[in-house]
Amino acid sequence: MVMTREEKLARINAHQERVNLIFEKIDTQGLMEKVMKLENNKILEYIKESGLKGRGGAGFPTYLKWKLAADQKSDMKYVICNADEGEPGTFKDRKILEEQADKVFTGMAICAKVIGASEGYVYLRGEYNYLVPLLTTRMNAFNEEMNQLGLNFTLKLRSGSGAYICGEETALIESMEGYRGEARNKPPFPVEKGYLGKPTVINNVETLVYCTMIVMNEGGKFKTFGTEISTGSKVFSVSGDADVEGIYELELGMTIQEFVDLFGDGDTKAVQVGGASGFCVPRKKFKETIIGFEGVPTGGSMMLFNSTRSMYHILMNYMEFMQEESCGQCTPCRVGCQQLVKGIQAIKHKKRPATYLDDLVKLAKTMRVASKCGLGQSVANPFISIVENFREEIIY
Amino acid sequence: MQGSENIVRKAVREYGKGRENLLPILQMVRKEHNYLSEDQLREIATEMDLSSADVFGVATFYSFMDMQPKGKNIIRVCKTITCFMKGKDSIISALEDALGIKMGETTPDRKFSLLEANCIGWCHKGPAMLINDKVYTELTPEKAIQALDEYM
Amino acid sequence: MSENKQKLISVTIDGTPVAVPENTTILDAAKLLGVYIPTLCHHEDLCVAGNCRVCMVEVKGSRTLQASCATPVSDGMEIYTNSRLVRTARKHVIELLLSEHRGDCLRCYRNGNCELQALANEYRIDQGVFIDLHKEDQVDISSPAIQKDDSKCIRCQRCVRACTELQSVSALCVAHKGADMRITTFWDKALAYVVCTNCGQCVAHCPTGALTERNYVEDVWDAIYDPTKHVVVQTAPAIRVSIGEEVGLEPGQRVTKQLVTALRRLGFDSVLDTDFTADLTIIEEGNELLHRLTKAIRDKEDVALPMITSCSPGWIKYIEHEFSNHLDHLSTCKSPQQMFGPLAKTYYAEKIGVDPKDMVVVSIMPCTAKKFEAARPEMMASGLRDVDYVLTTRELGLMIRQAGIDFTKLEEGDYDSILGKSTGAGAIFGVTGGVMEAALRTAYELITGREIPFPNLDIKPVRGLKGVKEATLKIEGTLEKYKFLEGVELKVAIGHGLTNARKIMKQLESGESPYHFIEIMACPGGCIGGGGQPIPTTNEIRMKRSNAIYDEDEKMQYRKSHENPEIIGIYEDFLKEPLGHKSHELLHTTYVKREKN
Repeated sequence: MVMTREEKLARINAHQERVNLIFEKIDTQGLMEKVMKLENNKILEYIKESGLKGRGGAGFPTYLKWKLAADQKSDMKYVICNADEGEPGTFKDRKILEEQADKVFTGMAICAKVIGASEGYVYLRGEYNYLVPLLTTRMNAFNEEMNQLGLNFTLKLRSGSGAYICGEETALIESMEGYRGEARNKPPFPVEKGYLGKPTVINNVETLVYCTMIVMNEGGKFKTFGTEISTGSKVFSVSGDADVEGIYELELGMTIQEFVDLFGDGDTKAVQVGGASGFCVPRKKFKETIIGFEGVPTGGSMMLFNSTRSMYHILMNYMEFMQEESCGQCTPCRVGCQQLVKGIQAIKHKKRPATYLDDLVKLAKTMRVASKCGLGQSVANPFISIVENFREEIIY
Repeated sequence: MQGSENIVRKAVREYGKGRENLLPILQMVRKEHNYLSEDQLREIATEMDLSSADVFGVATFYSFMDMQPKGKNIIRVCKTITCFMKGKDSIISALEDALGIKMGETTPDRKFSLLEANCIGWCHKGPAMLINDKVYTELTPEKAIQALDEYM
Repeated sequence: MSENKQKLISVTIDGTPVAVPENTTILDAAKLLGVYIPTLCHHEDLCVAGNCRVCMVEVKGSRTLQASCATPVSDGMEIYTNSRLVRTARKHVIELLLSEHRGDCLRCYRNGNCELQALANEYRIDQGVFIDLHKEDQVDISSPAIQKDDSKCIRCQRCVRACTELQSVSALCVAHKGADMRITTFWDKALAYVVCTNCGQCVAHCPTGALTERNYVEDVWDAIYDPTKHVVVQTAPAIRVSIGEEVGLEPGQRVTKQLVTALRRLGFDSVLDTDFTADLTIIEEGNELLHRLTKAIRDKEDVALPMITSCSPGWIKYIEHEFSNHLDHLSTCKSPQQMFGPLAKTYYAEKIGVDPKDMVVVSIMPCTAKKFEAARPEMMASGLRDVDYVLTTRELGLMIRQAGIDFTKLEEGDYDSILGKSTGAGAIFGVTGGVMEAALRTAYELITGREIPFPNLDIKPVRGLKGVKEATLKIEGTLEKYKFLEGVELKVAIGHGLTNARKIMKQLESGESPYHFIEIMACPGGCIGGGGQPIPTTNEIRMKRSNAIYDEDEKMQYRKSHENPEIIGIYEDFLKEPLGHKSHELLHTTYVKREKN
């Protein structure tokens, strides 16, 4: 199906207008007044029925996270907004924070009310420091509003300093506590022992906005989108060889083919879904691959590559990224990433035989099950999916 | 006295001695001269009752905690995939030529340091770079050099 | 049923059911069934890290493998410790570590006692699959005590945890990230220029050859072979209960007399005992304590109390860095090693008619910090360097093995005289609480003229591995001279491991220390757990060595330092009186303020 750029944009816009949850302007203050009168169980019920799963990429059911934290007995609980958006190819949280900070904060306040937290933090990646003045202003106003509403909840802003791994929730907590951002052993999970040892809910920026909208719509609208397994919509960051790059809210459950038809440049050979830690889908699998938890899950990063691109360079770029951004504490990730980088280089330069690629795939499979946290575990995703689908490009 | 208070003591006073304030304190101190010096790290450790090795370990973890003297303005060119595809190498070459330095170096007048960064979150408008906290997108070699004018 | 009875969790491990208390790790649960899961970053002395991933197991229903050291069991868990997935992953992890590690095993100091080597052997990793990554780093030999070779480091962080958790020293840290992550010091400085106390707990906990003692074995052989040199050796109290482990004996064997014979066979000219100067320390330090108590209680003078022991050079360097405003609390007594040195090169040299310039004093110590101590500029009371070489228990083990000595077939020997005779009080210096016990045995008798009122002289409250021990001793029926101490409750404390020392010092710093006298040893367990002791050292092994020391004490002819006939002799002959002129010249020292960070 070949469309002109205008036709594509018209279709995309129509789709977006139909969905329109994240960027819809709403009266957050009015909503919070309503929320204050709502039973916590009712709120939890809305979230549960929505089927909302974490939008950061891991896809943990939001309802369950909130419920587990709510059930903890503790003098202090925290809500943290994970705005450490570091996945290559994602930039939607930046736009959400820029345009809809109040809806993010409202999501945090709703969570705080449900779980009984009195402090909230937004952990913003250092690369987005230019947002600090704006967010500080909005945050101060929001805190004042909560105070007037009688909700004992105060928001604070924390900045990162250039460390992708801090997007992993326990690494984020370590960083907030003043340590190196190294992932913790789990259990215990943050909902039991999080920031400063207290029960903590950590949600992605987008997840929190969906919570706000789900509560506002009393459970409606969101769950009318998507599929049974992947309910709702999702904000996508589209980049690469795309006709219409940018940030788009779309229903979950479309196939890569449908996606490529809308966004591609007509020559798409592969789509990297989920960034440097995600999966590469080659052209031959576009039709059968669904974007969502039943197919390829994503934190929103959609990178399109056309036939002029070398998949070797793409893989190399991802692997070098991981090699630098690994925290370095666990063996499979620290040493494994280095081996993958050095390994594909050696094959390319004929220092190792092509069959060494099979050893590297086995190693990547070990990294998937043996690494301590999601970073090391997910290195295998791009590695294996690119190597298996573009073996020749890697070797020759 | 306020004006002459040293940045480390000021930062510790502002945020507090609790361990959880270490990152904001390092960030504030770093901001003064665009890098953290050996003496500053030592002083932070002393003020917060931490070991200097511990503070060093934390500071070196974060890419933006520069630990070598840097220029007044830090340029960080994104090197991750889409910016790479859209020609970040030509941007870097242009900047290297314009500044007369190589990647990783600082101009002799200490005005600029040229560094690379991992994904800065502007993939749809690559190539992109940060100068200090400000973002420059959809760069061409000409636009990149033009951007320097603001800091001359 | 009592309410606090621990809940039992039922799991199966490789098909065998087992019930274990809640919060047991998979690793420990497996151990109960006799299933051995290999580990590397795990050490029972240290908090769980879960970062080497060698101990991974498969848990049914779990997407990933679990680090058995870091994962508590949960009800109904089905655990597989040797499945195909586990074996493949484990082998990969070992191969990855080997690719990062400079595997120069044959030339490695830890060859034969390396945990990585053992694992590689167990998994028969004889062909490297992966690309060599290790960097040819310069070995840091800036310190006289410890050397650090980053090319052999496998980043398990046991050293960092030992340095921070056990010791609160934090000279070592984890720095940088990703491929650059490494174990280093503040600003990547050399060990000699940071707050390292040289305690050697990093060495004792290192699974590979990345951290080792600076070894002086060849220098000592050279001295022995040099016919113009008279080589004197002294053995620390804790050596006699640990050297056996270096020559294949079980931990806790008391081999004092074989040790003496072995040293003679090695060619040392005089085989003498640090236990003797331990006794001497008690006399000097006991009198110093009484002197301070007299000033404080009788004369109401401003004098630093509590007084703190000064035998442990790791502790000394720690306080010099960390609490340098409180150095006046330290006893001015040198450690037994450093009392021995100048006495050997003055008193003893004269007695045996050897020119001190031709004398080489070697000490065998359970300690790496002693190497640093011997090199301190203050330690030249004889006009020469008082102690020339310090070897650890491990280095002596090496010499004995090199010399082909079968320890089990050695006849018994006795230390040479003089500076060779000792008491049980000297022997127990080797274990936490020992200096305190020895001091109390003597001090109480000095004050009251009577033996300390504990059955068999065993002062049980100061014994054991509890981190901080306290005791109170009411003084009654004093001699006339110490009338002012009548009814005084003498309060003492004992700390071992610098983290416990830190607690005690924080209390002192806040002005709330209730004690008169404190014993501090840098290493957990005291010298029996020293940084120079055989590897491994665990709490079980510490207890065995400690029991052996108390056994040694029990069997000694004399159990109180002041009854040592050679001690009585040296005062009559040479020193004249405790704290006298000669003592001050040879046996007491000063301390240095050092930077905290």
